[in-house]
Amino acid sequence: MPKITYKDFQGNSKTIEVENGLTVMEGAIQNNIPGIDADCGGSMACATCHVYVEEKWLNKIQKAEEAEEDMIDMAFEPKKNSRLSCQLIVSEELDGLIVTTPSKQT
Amino acid sequence: MKKTDVIIIGAGPVGLFAVHQLGIKGLKAVVIDNLDKAGGQCIELYPDKPIYDIPAVPECTGEQLTTRLLEQIKPFKTDLFLNERVDEVYQEKDNWIVKTSSKKEFVASSIIIAGGVGSFEPRKLSLKQAESLEGKSIFYSVKNKEKFKNKNISIFGGGDSALDWALELSKFSKITLIHRRNEFRGAQHTLSEIKKLEKKGKISIKTPCQIESLDSEKKLKSITIKFDNGKLEKIPTDTILGFFGLIMKLGPIAEWGLNMDKKTIQVNSENFETNKKGIFAAGDICSYPGKLKLILSGFHEVALASVECFKRARPNEKYKFEFTTSSKTIQGRLGKK
Repeated sequence: MPKITYKDFQGNSKTIEVENGLTVMEGAIQNNIPGIDADCGGSMACATCHVYVEEKWLNKIQKAEEAEEDMIDMAFEPKKNSRLSCQLIVSEELDGLIVTTPSKQT
Repeated sequence: MKKTDVIIIGAGPVGLFAVHQLGIKGLKAVVIDNLDKAGGQCIELYPDKPIYDIPAVPECTGEQLTTRLLEQIKPFKTDLFLNERVDEVYQEKDNWIVKTSSKKEFVASSIIIAGGVGSFEPRKLSLKQAESLEGKSIFYSVKNKEKFKNKNISIFGGGDSALDWALELSKFSKITLIHRRNEFRGAQHTLSEIKKLEKKGKISIKTPCQIESLDSEKKLKSITIKFDNGKLEKIPTDTILGFFGLIMKLGPIAEWGLNMDKKTIQVNSENFETNKKGIFAAGDICSYPGKLKLILSGFHEVALASVECFKRARPNEKYKFEFTTSSKTIQGRLGKK
């Protein structure tokens, strides 16, 4: 199973194995990773599963759709490498992905 | 103080359908919501997105669903109190009293909390100084546009609110429109109007950049923004308008003594009552084993909760289960003959 690393804004990190096909958000929720709220449950209707994707991974993952970018406008402190973790689907290609959660979601 | 049978907190689809389920049982309700319109997340987050899992409605948008629910509850002539947040809930004998942000008071034997993920509030600037300037130099909505005349206004955001106010306030103030990326999600015709004004020097557009710091003593003097390429720019500003969208905050609900599980309220799955007798929770905000956050689950939850609400509101009457197809009483309540 692909390993995903979740770092918090203070630098603490946790690496877990997430099943292929789940989203990076679901991986976090199922494993009680703090820092990802996912209030809307993955329907891209809030921005509370916002994460920063490590730069080197930006080109390897699928680009955000316009609707996701629109939603990221409303996230807490969005940056160039901001993504909604509910839109990142785990696959073997994402093995080793590192995401950082913002200091807060709301 | 207004007396009613049931106070419904939240005017989303579940709160609205609660009015129906109570109404056909002959119970009066009021609905309170922090937003300026009914519909909750359906209206605020996805008015144009199709929903495919409402029974017998193969496809409808959040806005259509809301319109139809409002139509369905019309016969009950229920008061919706919008732009009001419920701040306090407390018990007085067998009744519950609710106080809102604008100091309105309601009393009823039951409360149904259909609050979704909490109340919608504007997302604010995260800079430290921003808090003390809020309401003086920093605003997240425009209530009276007279206050925004002859100013140097920096407007943040990329949606319709940011674009509409940039256009409107440019008639009598100097506007800088600032957004974190080059694309604006607001209406494109508004954007092209703004681009025309930019050419005439009436509005200046700064993208892709974000706020870096505020320069203020007592009053705001200027702001510094940082572009994606690292370049900094100082912009004389006496007023900031931030339109970063809305976030959902659980708010005061967490302080009412209800058993909570993270951001949800624990209920039983027989009548969706919380640990407090007479307070019910339904829809996305409630949790119980097997809970699914679907609109249709919320409809079921309020149907069952409304039976217990009836028993509390009419302790001397016997509850009688009836079908809308055959009950003359219900048909009368619906205005049918």
